[in-house]
Amino acid sequence: MSSRETILARVRAATRDAAGTPEPAVPRDYLRVHGDRSPAESVDLLAENLADYRALVHRTDTGGLPGLLARLFAERGTRTLLVPDGLPPAWTAAVDADRVPDRAASTARELDAVDSVLTGCALAVAETGTLVLDAGPGQGRRRITLIPDHHVCVVRVPEQVVDSLPQAMERLDPARPLTWISGPSATSDIELDRVEGVHGPRTLEVVLATV
Amino acid sequence: MRVALFVTCVNDTLYPHTGRAVVTLLERLGVAVDFPLAQSCCGQVQFNTGYRRETRPLARRYADVFAGYEYVVTPSGSCAAMVRDNYPRLGEPAAAAVAPRTYELTEFLTDVLKVTDVGAYYPYTVTYHPTCHGLRMLGLGDRPRQLLTHVKGLTLRELEGADECCGFGGTFALKNPAVSAAMGADKARHVEESGAQAVCAADNSCLMHIGGTLARRGSPVRPVHIAEILASTEGDVR
Amino acid sequence: MTGAREGERARAPRTFLGMPRTRPAAFPQAAVAATEDATLRGNLTHATHTIRGKRAAAVAELPDWDRLRAAGAAIKDDTLRHLDRYLEQLEAAVTAAGGHVHWAVDAAEANAIVTRLVRETGADEVVKVKSMATQEIGLNEALAEAGIRAYETDLAELIVQLGDDLPSHILVPAIHKNRGEIRDIFRDRMADWGRPAPAGLGDRPAELAEAARLHLREKFLGAKVAVSGANFMVAESGTMVVLESEGNGRMCLTLPETLISVVGIEKVVPTWRDLEVFLQLLPRSSTAERMNPYTSTWSGPAEDDGPRDFHLVLLDNGRTDTLSDQVGRQALRCIRCSACLNVCPVYERAGGHAYGSAYPGPIGAILTPQLRGTASALDASLPYASTLCGACYEVCPVAIDIPEVLVHLRTRVAEGGTYTVRGTKAVIKPAKGHAAERAAMRAARWTMDRPRAYGAALRATTGTRRLHPRRLPGPGKAWSATRDLPPVPQEPFRAWWRRTRGAGS
Repeated sequence: MSSRETILARVRAATRDAAGTPEPAVPRDYLRVHGDRSPAESVDLLAENLADYRALVHRTDTGGLPGLLARLFAERGTRTLLVPDGLPPAWTAAVDADRVPDRAASTARELDAVDSVLTGCALAVAETGTLVLDAGPGQGRRRITLIPDHHVCVVRVPEQVVDSLPQAMERLDPARPLTWISGPSATSDIELDRVEGVHGPRTLEVVLATV
Repeated sequence: MRVALFVTCVNDTLYPHTGRAVVTLLERLGVAVDFPLAQSCCGQVQFNTGYRRETRPLARRYADVFAGYEYVVTPSGSCAAMVRDNYPRLGEPAAAAVAPRTYELTEFLTDVLKVTDVGAYYPYTVTYHPTCHGLRMLGLGDRPRQLLTHVKGLTLRELEGADECCGFGGTFALKNPAVSAAMGADKARHVEESGAQAVCAADNSCLMHIGGTLARRGSPVRPVHIAEILASTEGDVR
Repeated sequence: MTGAREGERARAPRTFLGMPRTRPAAFPQAAVAATEDATLRGNLTHATHTIRGKRAAAVAELPDWDRLRAAGAAIKDDTLRHLDRYLEQLEAAVTAAGGHVHWAVDAAEANAIVTRLVRETGADEVVKVKSMATQEIGLNEALAEAGIRAYETDLAELIVQLGDDLPSHILVPAIHKNRGEIRDIFRDRMADWGRPAPAGLGDRPAELAEAARLHLREKFLGAKVAVSGANFMVAESGTMVVLESEGNGRMCLTLPETLISVVGIEKVVPTWRDLEVFLQLLPRSSTAERMNPYTSTWSGPAEDDGPRDFHLVLLDNGRTDTLSDQVGRQALRCIRCSACLNVCPVYERAGGHAYGSAYPGPIGAILTPQLRGTASALDASLPYASTLCGACYEVCPVAIDIPEVLVHLRTRVAEGGTYTVRGTKAVIKPAKGHAAERAAMRAARWTMDRPRAYGAALRATTGTRRLHPRRLPGPGKAWSATRDLPPVPQEPFRAWWRRTRGAGS
């Protein structure tokens, strides 16, 4: 008997007592959303929770976005900027930095030499202050938002903002590789005290852009 | 109203004054108290140490002795919890049937008699330790504190880390003496730091541990069961 | 890699398993050292009390916490009830997504599979994401024996690995070390494993995190193979889920060419939607965050993004034995949040090492004796490593009634019975070393069940009251070494009742 068959047979033997007993239902009476918010209030909550976990939050509109991004990268001293495919060219029109494309052939060491990365996202969750990237257009491969030390993520508000985790799950496709980001990297490994900034980008800037 | 007192084996042997206080208190509140002499022990020590077979005869005895009573009142949170939570797990229908009619003293006072002021007088500073089985298995909540705050003359002091176990745990105290003693030492320190003259709880087993630790440390703080405080009146205190 | 390897000392990693050198001490003896170590006690008290308050605040933000908890427990129970079906569904979905699924009955088989998979890549080192399953099976030691070096990349695991230590906490394996001790370990040992610690390293947590960043970066950027666990696996979509904080997980999950995930069979959940429950329960219970900094999900290898080869090793190693126990199986709901450790007064005093397994604290006290059995003195002592205070049950996000399982396992130890061991029904004898206790329990029951005998025993006790000392010799010392005994009263309660009320009721 293969190990697969052994394990499955053991499982069946172990759960034999349940056979014929009524199938208990999973209670789904937990809340779909914690609170009744207008779209603007959801965006405010997102901003608040992002900032609570030490993301730097900026707000602008479509017209102001190129100028704001240019300023953020100039202030950071960004000389090389990773730009994934599908990012609206207008966003980076005013940025004064060398563009580095997101290529499968790039090595991790090459990416390590890049100053900053700019991406969009698939959606953002207000109640937890979470950005979700699904490797779609304007988001790139998972590693590009990991290796550079500075990540700027643009969220189109309010359309990309959901309130809660249950709402987020409904909109996400498990077939895509997903990265959920809630603030810059952090650790609680020393005395169970939270410290921001370990292996992932130590600076996470989020631009909430009204469209 | 007539109730049966389940005094518990620990109180019967070592703390008879607690049992007497329960009788005094309940009779003062107009409740007739029976003490069926065939009672002995709920079997908690056997059960919690893993001797289920030795528990069943004691549960059956408990069920027999108290079968005819609508209310069984006991001055022990852990014995009440043993009966209520664990008897239904023993596969003894009679024991399971008597379980919901068993009440810890403070919940009997607040939930059945619906009194929080029992007319007690106790002119001392007291800190209250909520014992684990009362707190988490019975869900006593703030019932004991409500009763204490209505006692005339009593000053209640906050206890740091009140909801942390004192480290008794029945045979745990014997099987894991180092950890038990460390927990007891922390509890005793918090009791002393509260500045109270007495530490009170609804369970003499925990108080035996806390009080024994305090005594060994030479502390003047004395352990006292909540029933004794609630039974006390101006006539008792000179 | 750099020249660091030449300087590395050949050293077999320490592990909880396969230790023929010494028989592990039972919990009470192992705990003694911890209770006497003031630094350790201070570290544990500080860390656990810090997280307790934060967890309570994070949980209080969700008014539907109890409903989420009930849903989490019910989803896990449903999963366990139909585990065969969900595992087959998972296997099909992972395979369809381009992954490879392997099945391991025990630790040895899982280690052999991983070793073979690593060898097939030609690599002689792997980077690791913190994983309880690989701790449990002693994977690092098995890889070391095969000449493969495993680099732990979680900060706390790194501290443990550099310090030649053992983990003592599920979430924070180096919880027993304070910042000063961690600084010393980094300063003294990093050079043995790769990039040395920066000169003049201080003990601020931010500095220490920076040192770990620099030290591990060269490992990440050059790694060809990574080994991980997973927090959840979704049966319907074949999705793996890893929650983490530091980004070391993302590094391991996305940079290497080959990814091998070793996951216990109970980690499967039926549907994608079920994650909406667990992604709320786990971060708040674990790190007391609304959401942990990074969560990665993947369903097979993604095209041109991350590892080309993905292997999933499904691990039994005692889980099906646990599943066959109708009371004990609830331990398989565990999502490894460690909230029960953080509130446990016994864990706080005894420390994690006393539990002698990758799973310390209350959950370890019910999981280890089920996964490994209760044959050793250590494993038989674990169910007794609790006062049954119930604090663990109160905070458990999947409502595992840990006290109930503890008492159930005590019965297995004290009375024996028929249980499933490695898939076969076996009669377990009552544990040795409990004979005197068993006799005492039986004698007590005999007396308590006979009113005349009981009354006589009470009279004997009070009648000799002047002879009772406040301290006891022999076994009674366990009590009276630190506690006075109460004075024995003049008469038992029932004597007073008889004297004042007559024959009674």
